[in-house]
Amino acid sequence: MELTTFWFLLIGVLWTGYLFLEGFDFGVGMLVGLLARDDGERRVLINTIGPVWDGNEVWLLTAGGATFAAFPNWYATLFSGFYLALLVILVALIIRGVAFEYRGKRDDPTWRARWDVVIVVGSTIPALLWGVALSNIVRGVPINAAGNYTGTFFTLLNPYALLGGLVTLTLFLLHGLHFVALKTTGDIRERARAMAEKVVLLVIVLGATFLLWTQFAYGKGWTWVPVALGAGGLIFAALMNRSGREGLAFIGTGITVAAAVVLLFGCLYPNVMPSTTSAAFNLTIHNASSTPYTLRVMTWVALIFTPIVLCYQAWTYWVFRKRIGTDNLPAVAATAPAPLPEPATAGS
Amino acid sequence: MHTLALQPVSIARWQFGITTVYHYLFVPLTLGLSWIVAVLHTAWYRTGDERWRRQTKFWGKLFLINFAMGVVTGIVQEFQFGMAWSAYSRFVGDVFGAPLAMEALAAFFLESTFLGLWIFGWDRLPKKVHLATIWLVAFGTNLSAFFILAANSWMQHPVGVTYNPVKHRAELTSIWKVLTNSTVLYAFPHTLTAAFMTAGMFVVGIAAWQIHKTRPGTTDDDRAAFRPVMRGAMVFVLVGGLGVAGTGHLQTRLMIKQQPMKMAAAEALCTTTKGAGFSILAFGDVGRECSVRTLDIPGGLSFLASDNFNSTVKGVHNLQAQYTARYGPGNYRPNLAITYWSFRFMIGFGLLAAALAAWGLWLTRKGRTPTGRWFTRLAVWGIATPFLANTMGWIFTEMGRQPWIVAPNPTGLDAVRMFTAEGVSGSVSALTLLISVIVFTVLYGVLAVVEVGLLLRTVRNGPDGTITAPADEHGERLSFAY
Repeated sequence: MELTTFWFLLIGVLWTGYLFLEGFDFGVGMLVGLLARDDGERRVLINTIGPVWDGNEVWLLTAGGATFAAFPNWYATLFSGFYLALLVILVALIIRGVAFEYRGKRDDPTWRARWDVVIVVGSTIPALLWGVALSNIVRGVPINAAGNYTGTFFTLLNPYALLGGLVTLTLFLLHGLHFVALKTTGDIRERARAMAEKVVLLVIVLGATFLLWTQFAYGKGWTWVPVALGAGGLIFAALMNRSGREGLAFIGTGITVAAAVVLLFGCLYPNVMPSTTSAAFNLTIHNASSTPYTLRVMTWVALIFTPIVLCYQAWTYWVFRKRIGTDNLPAVAATAPAPLPEPATAGS
Repeated sequence: MHTLALQPVSIARWQFGITTVYHYLFVPLTLGLSWIVAVLHTAWYRTGDERWRRQTKFWGKLFLINFAMGVVTGIVQEFQFGMAWSAYSRFVGDVFGAPLAMEALAAFFLESTFLGLWIFGWDRLPKKVHLATIWLVAFGTNLSAFFILAANSWMQHPVGVTYNPVKHRAELTSIWKVLTNSTVLYAFPHTLTAAFMTAGMFVVGIAAWQIHKTRPGTTDDDRAAFRPVMRGAMVFVLVGGLGVAGTGHLQTRLMIKQQPMKMAAAEALCTTTKGAGFSILAFGDVGRECSVRTLDIPGGLSFLASDNFNSTVKGVHNLQAQYTARYGPGNYRPNLAITYWSFRFMIGFGLLAAALAAWGLWLTRKGRTPTGRWFTRLAVWGIATPFLANTMGWIFTEMGRQPWIVAPNPTGLDAVRMFTAEGVSGSVSALTLLISVIVFTVLYGVLAVVEVGLLLRTVRNGPDGTITAPADEHGERLSFAY
């Protein structure tokens, strides 16, 4: 395999990792506003992702760095072209990260309530805009001969991309609901499952429309496979959630996230950013890439470090595998000893 | 002048300057404090003494408040090369992207994952493993500094690279040369030791305040523990100071060879001089006319350059003529006033920090505790000195490189070079840049108020404020760190 293709695939893998992982923590962030009924429940939600959200976000930084290193022209055109949209995403990610870390540092209801709003807003905006951005890449944007984006911020707000944004928004919400159902105990777990039953219908309608639109407008023969997997993952998730198998439901939405990335990257290949101005100005894995030497160096780096990262991140999830609930809150514990949470059982 | 100020390149430069200087307020504290927290945690692990646990928690909380800001402002750094400097990104991406991607893969994952484990792992992990997580955080953060400095050093002194005229870009020929660039080999220890000073002074100031003030959240035991921590931090500052001075000297020697214009501007040395003096202070306007009267150490600059008081050092005017002959007409002088004064303030604030730490060690010798308010006050205000020195150092490094974004390598292939004005994004309008610079400035301003407020509150509440007393005894509850 050519190294340019390998790096195209690797960047697809990094986006999959990012959207799979931060997808559910965006969802949990939204649920702080949608599902939790009191401060105790909000704390439970935030603490389900507490140890991992920052590590999840590094997948984005790695995707950005890898794009810079392997496809500098892609990085340059994409980031300068989508400037204002990225600015909004960056602001959201900044305030969201600070909110997670600062919310619990003061025992003051007003302080916490304000950060809760920030968490909800900071999780909703990127969940929506990543879908808009990725859809626009596949759809194509006006790019001139110099490789510069010639559209405006509003060029990005077309029906297809907005649908893509709604799909990621609702899909991440569902992914987050499954995660909460998997990681909590008590009432909030039941409510997460009940809410997932309703949300999944919305995701199926939006998702099916988006998958088929993508396939018919930009797809290839083999991309029917990720279309089928994406739809199958959702249906599987709906069934598993209904029968109370939360781990499998979570895997179901995970499959859909991964299938969606495979579909989008599959439609793109061998382009990385098609131009709607002229096909001659398309950025491709060839004209956007670094030299073979740089790609070779980076391949070694990726082959050495990616497995190590996967090992210790997986270990983190293993360490924090137990469910948590409002019974385990330290504030409660100070007055009355709380019962130990039930031990986690794999896949349930 | 007014029209010039609204050129995209000017706004983009202000944005990069504001966001990067701001980001770098948090980074050195993270770099240095991570080691201090790791040492305190180790002390607790070794002795099992509750006092050390309280110290670890107290400084750990301050560390986390600062770390969060460093992380979120760092995201902007990863993106803004492409956003505002896309022409630069296309030109350097083949070389410059590699250390950035390496940083993410090798260091960012490490520090963020293990920090999560450290915060939430107090009773989930075996004690030894939990201790290891904070050491890995310290290692990861410091490793990330290496990759970023390798990228920056390449802009100062491009090596391991060739120029492709067809694609008009720099192309990597040796990653090894980029990672062992002499510029980064000195910049890395210089930066780390400056970070030690930063974290050291931070700890000295806060510990002195804790010892002096009688606060309900600080027990007598705590006050007893703050004393050795403060003295240890003073030593950390001094060791850092020696490292900064030593590596700074070596950097000067490199700079005279690699970026002679930056060095000449730093010294306001107008004309090529034999036995050039090292300027301590200038009288008059350095910016308008560089030949102002300065207070010199005779032969000092020549000595720094080549260990010989009588050697020749090139001046700004001569270098300007030399660059014009080689690269065509243009202004090759960096802003002289900024370059000259930022260099002096960097050294001055650094010396101030080291002097305060040395004085503090003397005052606290053999079990003594300074009783006067003035020591505490100076120690608290002294916290600012390394931050100012760091900021001045970066302003010097980056402003002194102008007008280049990639400075030509005078001893290597100087075809790899780019003017800052050429690096800005062609597709981003001045208005868009103006919007983003305003958004970042307002957002960062608000966050600074929140962050400093939280730091002050945490310091005032003392170690008690970082311990949720009885709940800690029950294992399961501690996974609620938020």
